[in-house]
Amino acid sequence: MSDTLTVHHEHPDNATEFVADDSRAHWHDQSLWFVRSKRDKAASTLPEWEELRNRASGIKRHAMSRLADYLEEFERNATKLGVTVHWARTPAEHNQIVLDILQKHNAKKVVKSKSMLTEECHLNPFLERNGVEVVDTDLGEWIVQLRHEPPSHIVMPAIHIKREEIGELFHKHLGTEAGATDPPYLVNAARDELRRKFLNADVGITGVNFAIAETGGFVVCTNEGNADLGVSLPKVHIACMGIEKIIPRAADLGIFLRLLARSATGQPITTYSSHFHGPMAGGEMHIILVDNGRSAILSSPDFRRSLNCIRCGACMNTCPVYRRSGGHSYETTVPGPIGSILAPSRDAKTHKSLPFACSLCGSCSDVCPVKIDLHTQLLTWRKEIAVRGYLPLSKRLSMKFARILLGSTWLFTTAGRIGRWLVPKLPRFMVYNRLNAWGKQRELPPMPRQSFRELYRARKNQAGKK
Amino acid sequence: MPRVGLFIPCYVDQLYPQVGMATLELLERFGCDVEFPSAQTCCGQPMANTGCTNDARPLAEKFLSIFKDYEYVVCPSGSCTAMVTHHYEELLHGQPGYEELRKKTFELCEFLVDVLKVTKVEGRFPYKVGLHNSCHGLRELRLGSSSEMMVERFNKAGQLLSGLEGIELVPLKRPDECCGFGGTFAVAEEAVSCMMGLDRIHDHEQAGADVMTAGDMSCLMHMYGLITRQKKPIQVMHVAEILAGRQPAAARS
Repeated sequence: MSDTLTVHHEHPDNATEFVADDSRAHWHDQSLWFVRSKRDKAASTLPEWEELRNRASGIKRHAMSRLADYLEEFERNATKLGVTVHWARTPAEHNQIVLDILQKHNAKKVVKSKSMLTEECHLNPFLERNGVEVVDTDLGEWIVQLRHEPPSHIVMPAIHIKREEIGELFHKHLGTEAGATDPPYLVNAARDELRRKFLNADVGITGVNFAIAETGGFVVCTNEGNADLGVSLPKVHIACMGIEKIIPRAADLGIFLRLLARSATGQPITTYSSHFHGPMAGGEMHIILVDNGRSAILSSPDFRRSLNCIRCGACMNTCPVYRRSGGHSYETTVPGPIGSILAPSRDAKTHKSLPFACSLCGSCSDVCPVKIDLHTQLLTWRKEIAVRGYLPLSKRLSMKFARILLGSTWLFTTAGRIGRWLVPKLPRFMVYNRLNAWGKQRELPPMPRQSFRELYRARKNQAGKK
Repeated sequence: MPRVGLFIPCYVDQLYPQVGMATLELLERFGCDVEFPSAQTCCGQPMANTGCTNDARPLAEKFLSIFKDYEYVVCPSGSCTAMVTHHYEELLHGQPGYEELRKKTFELCEFLVDVLKVTKVEGRFPYKVGLHNSCHGLRELRLGSSSEMMVERFNKAGQLLSGLEGIELVPLKRPDECCGFGGTFAVAEEAVSCMMGLDRIHDHEQAGADVMTAGDMSCLMHMYGLITRQKKPIQVMHVAEILAGRQPAAARS
């Protein structure tokens, strides 16, 4: 469960376990590659795609450079619309604010649309401990909630779960027919059950995709309409947002909406883009602005741009490591490339293996709709981790050794000559054993008799003689 | 006659001398005066990518002192070239000669196409070839357009290869998916690395390739290791070898 992930494992160990189920790992890889391909098709329909990325990146960087001003402008304008704005430094403050609002209204039942921020704050277990029933109404999030698991992807929380497993889960919880796997049948069963939850809810909680400083309004994007339903029936709406969700003007919104759904799922736009400008008649609307380490990231020139993130998940869909290791292997709220940057910002020691769960292929940086230099930041994190002394001893020593060996031309060429002569003569068990991770599934390259420099010298001498 | 300092990656020098020779011959064929400065060892990328900046710096300094006086520096590896042109900045910032070094260092295909303006390489290679676009060459040096970006499609290695007589470049399902080598990643994340490599090989197999080629021997070393262990018939050759007129070692039919 998301709140009990206290024992942390290194990413390679989790990944090895995931990869061990070869057919499942390939199924996962192909499911996400399919989404990446849909994204390519959708992006290619816009001749101005790269220009949109430039604009979006520029707007976000500008907004982050004046974040305090824009947040205050947003607060003023939202207040004018009748919204109560709250500020939370930490997840604990955020959760307490939510609970206080619920208790004021004597609310016991809450419906929540998808919000990675509330995942980050572990709001569900906190509310449950305080006697509140919370139901995640996004279908994927509801599925992982029923399984007592955190989401494995920020846009498709249940992407790691197969249809058959959902059939079993619904059979157990909703009494659907055993062995049913037909998506429309399962979706209808979920809809019936969720409809009851919507009708009985006291309060609706949503996330926020974009908050507009100029108007004080905000936008929530969903495909299922669950955000609208969840805040239209109850009188109280609480919207929870990270402070980086701010954009300056209403006019900027179009750029982000065009990029978001295309990058996330390959849709031209999410089915619902719900705009909120104040409470319904006789109701209440609250917005909670949460920092939780974002100001610290903002103060770092190396990692500041990670706050550009609009949580589209495209970096996960394209990441060859994420696709083959699964979202849970990261043991963070936000997995994948962006998660491997955000998590060490909060706790570098715990998440020290994440910046290395990357082949530095750079696909994430090229796919990112707001042009976060993801793979460069991952490389920068590696340096940070080395500087803070969190590199494993084996890596530190091997790099010191490599520096000495490669620092001297004589040592390098001598070691090379000995290695090329020796390795083919050794019995196989001395080369391929537990200590040689390379050789577990791979042969070593053939060892040539002569190096390039030896061939070059011979050729030059030959030419000199002529 | 352009005066070229030949920059041969350390593992190519020791393990793939034929790739170095092919590069040398190719550059000479196009009229370069090529010299291999024998003091060179490694550009320092393994240390830099592990985060060990202080272990990488002395190698960057050594590299600068060895190569600073050449008119051009050319290397048959996108990754090692990118180390010099994109990542030395942090290690050598402000050192005399670095700015010039950065501007005159090129990956082999990039040098042939952009500097020497080669439009066609004469030769014959009657095989089905899959071009694996090594990541640093593609997404840092921009030797080709990456599939993520919505820009006009181009590919410098592909352009040179397609001029050879008889060659058939086969289309891959995933044109520029990483092979999973990634330096120390190959051992630190062994399971994912090998799965990526096998998937990459499989993509070439399903496309019917006889030969996989790439601008980086490191990717091919990783995939050769998997291919050989699994006794697959597909072969690996560096782009320089194919362009220099080498043929597959054992032409299997």
